[in-house]
Amino acid sequence: MSETRTAPTKADRQARRQRLAINARATALDRKLVTPEGAELTLKLSSAGKRAGAFIIDWIIIILIFIVIIFAITKISEGLGRRGDGIADALAMLVIFAVRNFYFIFFEIGRRAATPGKRLSGVRVASRNGGQLTANAILARNFVREVEVFMPLFYLLSTAFSAGVETWISIFGLLWSGLFLFMPLLNKDKLRLGDLIAGTWVIETPKKKLLGDIAKTSGKMADAETKFNFTAEQLDVYGIHELHILENLLRKSTKEVKASVAERIRKKIDWERLPDESDIDFLRHYYAGLRKNLEQKLLLGQRKADKFDT
Amino acid sequence: MSELLKSYRFREEREAEWHKLDQIVNKAEKRGVNALSDDDMIALPRLYRQAVSSLTLARSISLDQNVISYLETLCTKSYLFVYGTRTNLMSKMADFFTYGWPNAVRAAWKPTLLSAACLFGSGLLAFILCMIDMEWFWTFNSSIIGERTPDATTAFLESTLYSEETDAEGMLSAFSAQLFSNNSGVALFAFALGFMFGVPTAILVAYNGLLLGAFYALFWSRGLGYELTGWLLIHGVTELFAIVLAGAAGFMIGGGVAFPGQKSRMESAQAAGRSAATIAIGAVVMLFFAALLEGFGRQLINNDEVRYAIAIGTFVLWMGYFYLPRARGDQP
Repeated sequence: MSETRTAPTKADRQARRQRLAINARATALDRKLVTPEGAELTLKLSSAGKRAGAFIIDWIIIILIFIVIIFAITKISEGLGRRGDGIADALAMLVIFAVRNFYFIFFEIGRRAATPGKRLSGVRVASRNGGQLTANAILARNFVREVEVFMPLFYLLSTAFSAGVETWISIFGLLWSGLFLFMPLLNKDKLRLGDLIAGTWVIETPKKKLLGDIAKTSGKMADAETKFNFTAEQLDVYGIHELHILENLLRKSTKEVKASVAERIRKKIDWERLPDESDIDFLRHYYAGLRKNLEQKLLLGQRKADKFDT
Repeated sequence: MSELLKSYRFREEREAEWHKLDQIVNKAEKRGVNALSDDDMIALPRLYRQAVSSLTLARSISLDQNVISYLETLCTKSYLFVYGTRTNLMSKMADFFTYGWPNAVRAAWKPTLLSAACLFGSGLLAFILCMIDMEWFWTFNSSIIGERTPDATTAFLESTLYSEETDAEGMLSAFSAQLFSNNSGVALFAFALGFMFGVPTAILVAYNGLLLGAFYALFWSRGLGYELTGWLLIHGVTELFAIVLAGAAGFMIGGGVAFPGQKSRMESAQAAGRSAATIAIGAVVMLFFAALLEGFGRQLINNDEVRYAIAIGTFVLWMGYFYLPRARGDQP
């Protein structure tokens, strides 16, 4: 087995810098939270797009509720022979008033801290300081919505239905109040005005399944083990980054991709292909060997971040 | 590779408990805390701490990405649940009415006075200006009040103070129209605009004061002051109190932003914002009562003395509710 590692070239270094930049972008929305037990958790903030989507879904639901209520009340009023039309009107307005004002509050105070729209988008409200999410915070963040959404809307309508100087006033009002509407895009924590005042933020609802351990699957195939005897040099070629990429690859990529990656690894570590060796078997065993090697190093305090790390 | 990986053994030993925790938290999220059995409740804190320690350990010994991100998810989910809101809506509402709201209002007496000064000060100003020269009326009320202007006859003005229609339909629509009138909007805006150092809040409250003062001057100049007071205050005590409180909530936030003291500006705004929100939702509740009084009370009661009695009664009730000392109270 010859020494396979070479000094990193200029292109390698550039590739590494690029990778770090991509990682930084991917973790721009990650926020650290230290629990009272002292463990550090990572919360992922919701993107502004997801929140806008959630808001639109919620309003579609609210409007559907309005339609259903008005339809039901009309039917009942008709059933009563159209006596008391005024009562029906007033009743409908009352219910609409309640739904419009308390829809968001009702759902966000609930156990999931999310409206149906937020749940569909996979986000929820959480307290920014890591403490309890109080009812007051929910109230505050939803009252401020009046200013954020309905003020621009008001100016928009009055721009459409006014003339002369009034139009200009409305346009300036629209621009000014529009600033609040687009505030989530203007700060790094994606806070809207209501979040700022209430001390909340919107995070992605954590969802992740525990999958099988790839190393275990290979451990079962005891007879195959003797075939894959990687030397220390062969296992020293890659670092943690490559290990993680290999893990993702084994979990989700296609057969063709696996074949080509297996070929590249074989070439890199100088591995003679065995007569009945399949690509997947090779990758799995190499993954298990590499992980064992790297984890052992980890226990000794050496963290080999990637293949350029010596 | 005759022996299994250490990180795999680590996972195998703890996996069952992770799944158990996952199951409990999912159940609680779907069906509420009450769906949990006693065993679940007892196991929850232990399982949660175990998962957190597993996560810390896994980070230092395991390189299995999936295990670590799963544990992070599990811990975050459990954390949000364990430290999340716990009370249900009913007990929260009971707490709000018994302690939360009156305590918040009582603690905010300074901004309340400021807000009242804005409302009644500007009202007085408009009243005096209009009494000197009724032309001022047009400055304050460009189009809002409709037919009740200095051009109307005294008899017409008087007739607007009493109503003949007393059927349920009329009352109900007056009530709902009142709900949709600008009042609850004004209250929420006064709160929500507070963050700009309270300036828009002051303008909003003062503007309402000006309208009120000009309106009052018009009736006063026709010798209808006594009658108007009854017409206005039967629900006005509640309504104006609500607007004053909403303004106070706005000023609290403004004050929090402008004078943060030891805290950062953002923390200070948050601290003020939370108790101010309590006051603001309370103001909406008050406006609801005001709408009831206006829709039903004022239509049914056309006697000045009874109107006065109700006005004084509501005033005493609100003052007692907010400012009488209480045996126990959690600070909001």
